[in-house]
Amino acid sequence: MTRDRDVADTAMPNGPGAAAVLSAGIGCFALAVLACIADKCLAAKTLMNLYKPTGPLSGVTTTAILIWLVCWGVLGYRWRRREVALARTCWIGFGLLLLSVLLSFPPVADLL
Amino acid sequence: MVITVRGLWTLIHGMGFGALYLLAGSGALVELWRRYAPGDMSPICVRDERFLRFCLTAMAILAWLAVLTGTYAIYPWYRAVPPAGTVELSGYPQRLLLSNPSTSGWHTIGMEWKEHVAWVVPISITMPAAVFSQYRRNLRNHPALRNAVLGFAMISLAAAGLAGFWGAMLNKNAPVAGGSSIRIMEGAR
Repeated sequence: MTRDRDVADTAMPNGPGAAAVLSAGIGCFALAVLACIADKCLAAKTLMNLYKPTGPLSGVTTTAILIWLVCWGVLGYRWRRREVALARTCWIGFGLLLLSVLLSFPPVADLL
Repeated sequence: MVITVRGLWTLIHGMGFGALYLLAGSGALVELWRRYAPGDMSPICVRDERFLRFCLTAMAILAWLAVLTGTYAIYPWYRAVPPAGTVELSGYPQRLLLSNPSTSGWHTIGMEWKEHVAWVVPISITMPAAVFSQYRRNLRNHPALRNAVLGFAMISLAAAGLAGFWGAMLNKNAPVAGGSSIRIMEGAR
């Protein structure tokens, strides 16, 4: 209960939130880009085949998760006490998320 | 009533984790939209905060469970390669769909989209769960952050809906079934 009040009553910097939003956008976008690359390039497809029964999807998702978590860790640490341009950062993160959904649609990915 | 092991896992993945995710998501979205709008001056009590935190955390856990069971338990059964010369393809859903031009689109569009868009869901809902756990009612003081949390949660829910739709249609056209049978109960004679 005390911790709940403490969190609610403290003025918090926007840096940690901005880091979480931007890194989530980067992670989702990385997922879509890696899926496209693995689909078009045989070498990448082989490289991404970390778990044979699941195929390249295993490598694509594992790599994207690593990219997301590393970005989150680095940005979160650098921005932990900072005020950043929140609106712009959130729009970039959200834009990357929308692009990732669009890129995951096979007819769009096939255009690339 | 008999169900196969593969059928049971498909049920747990889709009707368990997936459907529960969509249910929790609708509650969380309403709460985020209504209670955390920047202009709203009504007080937010600790119980309201806990409810939303629970919803978002449950969504994140369910999303991870859904994609992990989907990718590492069910997908290998879906994409299994039959031995050369196999004519009966019912145990090999991907090959069954691709064997007929009238059903191949369920794989080339449906499954190809589902397997990637579904992975957007856990990443895009873990962020709102983490940000809300950290900021709680302070979110009202950061309108852009609140909008981002709401936007990510909405896209996450939409992506889960897409994955669920394609999953249901794929399972209707080429069910993932097989393995040992589990007798649930006896029917009337």
